[in-house]
Amino acid sequence: MAYAIETQELTRLFKTKSKKGKKEIVKALDHANLKINEGELFGLLGPNGAGKTTLIKILSTLLLPTSGDAWVNGHSVKNEAHKIRKEINMVSGGETSGYGLLTVRENIWMFSQFYGIPSKIAKRRIDELLVTMDLSDKANAKVRTLSTGERQKMNLVRGFVTDPTTIFLDEPTLGLDVNVSRQIRSFIRSWVREQSNKTVLLTTHYMMEADELCDRVAIIDYGKILACDTPNNLKRTVGKDSTIRLEVSHMSQPKRFAQMQGIKNFSYSHDNERTTTTLNFIIEDEAVVSDIMSEIVKNSSKIYSLRKTEPTLEDVFVSLVGRGLK
Amino acid sequence: MAIKAGLKILKNSSWLGWQMESNWTDPFLFAIYSLVKPIAATLLIVVMYIVVTMGQVQGTFFSHMYIGNAFYMYVAQVLFGVSWVVHEDREHYRTLKYVYISPANIYIYLLGRGMTKIFLTTVSVIITIVFGVFVLNIPINVMTIDYPLLFISFILGILCIVGLGIALGGISLLTAKHGGRINEGVAGIFYLFCGVIFPISVLPNWCRSFSLYLPITYWLEAIRRAIFGITIDQATNFIPTSSVISILTVSTILFFILALNIFKIGDYFARKKGLIDMTTAY
Ligand SMILES: Nc1ncnc2c1ncn2[C@@H]1O[C@H](COP(=O)(O)OP(=O)(O)OP(=O)(O)O)[C@@H](O)[C@H]1O
Ligand SMILES: [Mg+2]
Repeated sequence: MAYAIETQELTRLFKTKSKKGKKEIVKALDHANLKINEGELFGLLGPNGAGKTTLIKILSTLLLPTSGDAWVNGHSVKNEAHKIRKEINMVSGGETSGYGLLTVRENIWMFSQFYGIPSKIAKRRIDELLVTMDLSDKANAKVRTLSTGERQKMNLVRGFVTDPTTIFLDEPTLGLDVNVSRQIRSFIRSWVREQSNKTVLLTTHYMMEADELCDRVAIIDYGKILACDTPNNLKRTVGKDSTIRLEVSHMSQPKRFAQMQGIKNFSYSHDNERTTTTLNFIIEDEAVVSDIMSEIVKNSSKIYSLRKTEPTLEDVFVSLVGRGLK
Repeated sequence: MAIKAGLKILKNSSWLGWQMESNWTDPFLFAIYSLVKPIAATLLIVVMYIVVTMGQVQGTFFSHMYIGNAFYMYVAQVLFGVSWVVHEDREHYRTLKYVYISPANIYIYLLGRGMTKIFLTTVSVIITIVFGVFVLNIPINVMTIDYPLLFISFILGILCIVGLGIALGGISLLTAKHGGRINEGVAGIFYLFCGVIFPISVLPNWCRSFSLYLPITYWLEAIRRAIFGITIDQATNFIPTSSVISILTVSTILFFILALNIFKIGDYFARKKGLIDMTTAY
């Protein structure tokens, strides 16, 4: 079966001029190979200038590759753009597109008509999506009166109203507040989950977003795909261990935890008033957590908090390129 | 199916064009503006003519110039209108990329956006002509107008002008907003070479041969014949009317094909260079 999205040695160069007027060539994409399955929620994670937007532009038929090729639902971006366009849509975050003199509803409606969506269906979808994006009260407001975040929500509605098989979302939550971002992420998730043949490719440089939302993530830097796997597998490449931190009521003899089975590393500290003790465990297998708990309970100490920290995608990125995401 | 989809796009893009033309002010001001603008433009030409001819606003020559000038409004308005859509959508509204990646046929979209211009220009042309008849005594007799000829040549001319607009739209894809000079250049060429304000018979030989390749030349010739029955341009007035229409038809078709191909080439290079979503800092 064909992939929803496939790229083969995809390369895109840009000619630019440096400050001194010298011609320079930027490799926005450098022999990128990706295979994304139908039904996947796929994330591209990378720092500024990594080539994420460039990839989205090529896949959404806005930009031609310099070499290599890419296919969306089996159609080549080079010479079958017209077939791709019927099946996709794209939304890019952090921009203020839209016809300012139309209302939100009119704007979305017009685009839905360019895709030939029957009136009744379009109307229903617009209403539903406006509710989802919490934008219903702005439905009849002129686009030019919207805030940046509201425009972005409108654009998301514009993207989903055509019910594409594949949707490209370039930083969909950029600049949106926490609640709205969460709402949008949960919408994207259910949109993919509740239908069997929908594919989402989103870019982000929020590692949390990639981690919590995506089935698989590709890490991209300087146009190269450095790694591509599920978030958990990616994190596992950095190290299998997780860190458990417990805050308990004061313990006089915490040292004995070090001798427990399955504990790789143990450290502890007391607070100044000697009312609480903090225990740090590095463990390979989470099964030992229950042993630790029962040991604490036996000691008749109270547990105030338990926190588990795992390696993040940021750690994965650092281990791959030797610098942070930002 | 394809026709239905096309009509949907045409309907919506025409509607959008109408919103843009009419929404910038209240309807009353809009109506006044639509009325005053063509009359003002016409008066300007009339004044220039009076200065040049030292006070003469009578005669066939003046009438022919007047009509040529009135219909030239289509060239200026529609040509600029259609290609301007590219700049407006891309650089101002930032929506061009979303129109572009949609399955909507971009030619139909541009045509739709140009429809309002065609409609408003028609209003202007009618106002200008009515003004000419009643104020300047342009000798037009509604009983003797050759309506079939007027209709056919009008449609062909509009098609030709829309084609030109699309071609310029394709070129606009490759230029930033200040590339508007190309439009002015093209409009200027038609103004000078198509017998708008003076007969092409007064042009030097090589210019006249060039004029005879331009469909707009035949368009204005046919329109004048339909309205006045005769024309004064010795470079074209010996051609039988049926031939004028045939030449106009063939050249319009050729122009249209050429225009679509120019757009396609513009489109290809714009996609290759990443200009479909170009933003400029103005
Ligand atoms: N039209 C262009 N002309 C010249 N260089 C470009 C152009 N578009 C992109 N680039 C360059 O290509 C590289 C990749 O850019 P791209 O926009 O794909 O990055 P990105 O991963 O989306 O970054 P961000 O997180 O900042 O959005 C950058 O170095 C950028 O400067
Ligand atoms: Mg980007």
